[in-house]
Amino acid sequence: MSEATKGLIEQVKEALGGKAAEFQLESPSRLYVAVAREDAREAVEGLFRNLGARLVTISSVDTRPGIELLYHLAFDRAGLVCTVRTIVPGPSPEIESITPAIPGAEWVEREIHELMGVDFLNHPNLASLILADDWPEGSYPLRRSDG
Amino acid sequence: MSTIIPIGPYHPLLEEPELFRLHVEGERIVGIDARLGYNHRGIERLAQDKTYDQVLFLVERVCGICSTSHPIAFCNAVESLAGIQIPERAAYIRTIVAELERLHSHMLWLGLAGHYIGYHTLWMWAWRYREPVLNLFELISGNRQSYAMMKIGGVRQDIADDAVPAIRKTVDELEPKLEMLLGAAMDDPVIAARLKGIGTISREDAVRYCLVGPTARSVGIDIDIRCDAPYAAYGWLDFNVITRPEGDVLAVTVVRILEMLESAKIIRQCLQRMPKGPVAVEVPEIPPGEGIGVEEAPRGECFHYVRSDGGNMPVRVKIRAPSFVNVPSFKARTVGATISDAVIILASVDPCYSCTERMIALDQATGHGPLDSTDLVALSQEKTARIMRELGRSEEDFLRRAGI
Repeated sequence: MSEATKGLIEQVKEALGGKAAEFQLESPSRLYVAVAREDAREAVEGLFRNLGARLVTISSVDTRPGIELLYHLAFDRAGLVCTVRTIVPGPSPEIESITPAIPGAEWVEREIHELMGVDFLNHPNLASLILADDWPEGSYPLRRSDG
Repeated sequence: MSTIIPIGPYHPLLEEPELFRLHVEGERIVGIDARLGYNHRGIERLAQDKTYDQVLFLVERVCGICSTSHPIAFCNAVESLAGIQIPERAAYIRTIVAELERLHSHMLWLGLAGHYIGYHTLWMWAWRYREPVLNLFELISGNRQSYAMMKIGGVRQDIADDAVPAIRKTVDELEPKLEMLLGAAMDDPVIAARLKGIGTISREDAVRYCLVGPTARSVGIDIDIRCDAPYAAYGWLDFNVITRPEGDVLAVTVVRILEMLESAKIIRQCLQRMPKGPVAVEVPEIPPGEGIGVEEAPRGECFHYVRSDGGNMPVRVKIRAPSFVNVPSFKARTVGATISDAVIILASVDPCYSCTERMIALDQATGHGPLDSTDLVALSQEKTARIMRELGRSEEDFLRRAGI
């Protein structure tokens, strides 16, 4: 791993302060950080605003403890993808939206809202994005129980 | 009080279903929203019921144009998850196929851009130049589209020795044509009047919207996965990341043409350096874990996240195509523009809806019937014709300069 990447990882650690519950370097280019749901918005916005990370997308996985959200942030110069992981427990999972700070997240949060049934609080427009207008309310195609 | 003009949902700009609603006051666009979904096929859900090998064929069908970008991104993700190293020859073959794809995709865009602004002959010629590239795909893989070249652990087919001279010849013949097209586009006052300063996005907005690919590079953001996080053979090759500072439609056009010249360079290097040897390795069972795969598609970064529980089917495949982040930037680009420029601005990011759906409902109550492709393209072409008359120019002047 280059010195620059090492330095960057230290900066990420510092930026997340005490929020990171778990810190896992899968490979020199893949870093996973687990944070509590209450800290996720601040953690992601901090990396975007202060360290110049680019939000790639948000992945969602239906797991037993709840909906797992993975915010993938790229540090392009270093070729590093830092993933901030958090779990949003059900039955009606909700988390604060990052769209007011990062407009690039608008569509992916709408998509997760539709397909996984996660509510993004303070999102400017959580209207459906890709499912048909007559799709039944409360049915989420990517939820394990529904699908 | 603004009027709403719906564009679509069928077949408005690029031959795909999408619906834009332009909010206009007179000729000025004051707002835009989009409705997608007409092409949503539930690919991520389907991927959960298919084996890794089957998912590869599935993701190849996310998009017909970047039909090799998604498989490469998926392979990168699974190979990183399982710690698979592909053979050197396979890495070169992946690179050649990916760059041929960039050539045909950018040429397709250039032709459409010509058509939208009323340069019909440019349209025909760009597509004529594209044709030999598609023939190469047929020669290499047996298919002009959806080549099925990738597999986890390498590539499915080798490139035969006797195909190499044909690839080299096609690339060598294409290069001078691209240079002349570029020269002609840069010098042409009508093209300048239609594209320069049109649909401009600021660097700040580009960062806020998280743009990728030529769209980001046309506003001075020098991100390119091929260079930042090299996969396949890119780490061993010599090429430039093309950027322009302006952020308008002309800048993105120039970026795409220059990128094609870089692709030609890359392909030539691959042909020269590609060693003999196996093109795939034996793939072990995929262990439990997670992997991220990225690839620089013609439209920008293609991102795949794969989660495995150790079974033969992935637990989750998340796909983020480049248009998914590039298309929402229309908001920042179209507001303030005129309706006649809408077509070329909406086309500038080279949107791909099949990819993205992986867009808004037609509200008949708002009055205006939908404008179809014919209406909008006609508006755009009329504007070019007006500028031509004012400047005393014709498309023939451009064509002469482009050596056509």
